[in-house]
Amino acid sequence: MAPPRSFLWTRRIFLTVLAGFVLLPVYVMVSSSLKPLADVSGQFRWLPSELTIRPYIDIWSTVPLARYFVNSLIVAGAATVCSVVIAVFAAYAVSRYSFRGKRVFTVTVLSTQMFPGILFLLPLFLLYVNIGNATGIALFGSRGGLILTYLTFSLPFSIWMLIGYFDSIPRDLDEAAKVDGCGPVGALFRVIVPAAVPGIVAVAVYAFMTAWGEVLFASVMTNDTTRTLAVGLQGYSTLNDVYWNQIMAASLVVSVPVVAGFLLLQRYLVTGLTAGAVK
Amino acid sequence: MTTTTVEQAVRESTPGAAPPGTPRRRAGRLRRIGLPYLLLLPALVLELLVHLVPMAVGIVMSFKQLTQFHIRDWGAAPWSGLDNYSVSVDFDAPVGEALLHSFLVTVAFTLLSVGLCWLIGTAAAICLQDSFRGRGLLRALFLVPYALPVYTAVITWVFMFQHDNGLVNHVLHDQLGLTDKPSFWLIGDNSFFALLTVSVWKGWPFAFLIVMAGLQNIPRELYEAAALDGAGTWQQIRRITLPSLRPVNQVLVLVLFLWTFNDFNTPYVLFGKAAPQAADLISVHIYQASFVTWNFGTGSAMSVLLLLFLLVVTGGYLAVTSRGRRTADA
Repeated sequence: MAPPRSFLWTRRIFLTVLAGFVLLPVYVMVSSSLKPLADVSGQFRWLPSELTIRPYIDIWSTVPLARYFVNSLIVAGAATVCSVVIAVFAAYAVSRYSFRGKRVFTVTVLSTQMFPGILFLLPLFLLYVNIGNATGIALFGSRGGLILTYLTFSLPFSIWMLIGYFDSIPRDLDEAAKVDGCGPVGALFRVIVPAAVPGIVAVAVYAFMTAWGEVLFASVMTNDTTRTLAVGLQGYSTLNDVYWNQIMAASLVVSVPVVAGFLLLQRYLVTGLTAGAVK
Repeated sequence: MTTTTVEQAVRESTPGAAPPGTPRRRAGRLRRIGLPYLLLLPALVLELLVHLVPMAVGIVMSFKQLTQFHIRDWGAAPWSGLDNYSVSVDFDAPVGEALLHSFLVTVAFTLLSVGLCWLIGTAAAICLQDSFRGRGLLRALFLVPYALPVYTAVITWVFMFQHDNGLVNHVLHDQLGLTDKPSFWLIGDNSFFALLTVSVWKGWPFAFLIVMAGLQNIPRELYEAAALDGAGTWQQIRRITLPSLRPVNQVLVLVLFLWTFNDFNTPYVLFGKAAPQAADLISVHIYQASFVTWNFGTGSAMSVLLLLFLLVVTGGYLAVTSRGRRTADA
């Protein structure tokens, strides 16, 4: 039975308005990045007075964007790999075994998820400064220190999601692997991990995106050489001028890889969420 | 986790269940009991490192008189007992008054933002449930705000909200003539609505994503049966779709609440280190108290109070939702 006209029209209008709302900033970002500075300094213009790709050339020299890019890539990549690998092991243990302290562990993981980042910022800041003073290991201002702090967000979420996902994988598969002579670790890598690819991808995407977009820790815990994109973009504002066209160009350059990757993997994300969090 | 899986797990790993046997078998049993802990070890070490130790340090800090003079060696900072707490909750004095104000702003902002995100996300997911031309495209488009890195998205909004060269004033004032003169959006009372707009723009796709995932779990037969009984589209949405989404919504609302309440990135990129009064969210407020006025002791006390509030709210919420009980039992 076809939906009634009232539903179709409501749907059409709602989706159009919503698409406009979503697209507006995207349009501003793209169009402003192709404008000369005069266009973005004066009254707003819907269309550029002349199209120029100058901002895309200038962004690399106004601030060391390439270096920030590499820093972000290293930090977000390492945080993602660490949290996914560690979460796979932990979630497997929780999903497939019963052991003393399991409840305490899961409740702790679940509750740390809800704590505000600001709660960990001050203590981690002081701990890093102290460790640096005592041992000479520079955690404060280093990429390693930042990677460690990013695990505060991604690790609990990853563990929690993967427990749900692993639980949804039938135990018969483990049994079959055992019959075929796999040990527990063999079963994990030969059966569970391949079956849980959507869940693992979903977790990895989430971990990468949070690390790529994080501002708070990045602004406190980095220095000139380890600064990430999140903080680096502020460099396009000087005392005299705000290079809005360059900011928009840089924002676009920074966003395209992440958005493209996300849209490519979104299929996994919905499947991963279905089994891991929503079930 | 279902009861059967728990039982199975218990059967597999309780020592009594395995037949007593040769030393080799016993070694295997030992390995099997030790194995979960071995698998958990990296997670345990990291949880300790990034969560539990900092939390303990934070609690200790909240009882200390910790200013910029003691950063280098905070252990030596003098104890101040409950001073940091009494300053924070003394609502007649400036520090406490500002904290209370910030807390109330955060609560109002969170309720509005979560409500709107949920509403838009659910409506969009239901609209895209049946296939029609352009559905795939819209679905991808709607995920763009979620996929964009926070600071690039928010910085674009900052540009749009500019007083002299922003799109918002250009449309409202120059083109539609709705306002007498161009408004300020990033300072003053309007900043609350600017923040809310950005937060909803960035946040609703998450609700959309989760509800979409939830819709996949509703069996098609339910709709077919309802259609046979003569229920129209609107009735199906009200009687089948929305009730079926209940368990999903319970988790979704909680997660949205926590993320919005604790959000730092959005206000920080939108307003900088000091947010305007009307949009002074609690995370930025604590950041300001700690890193701008260099009073880490008071900042920590505020963090601990915030944590207690979140624990009470979340605990209460989990207690009244069935999903909560299941999750806590996992």
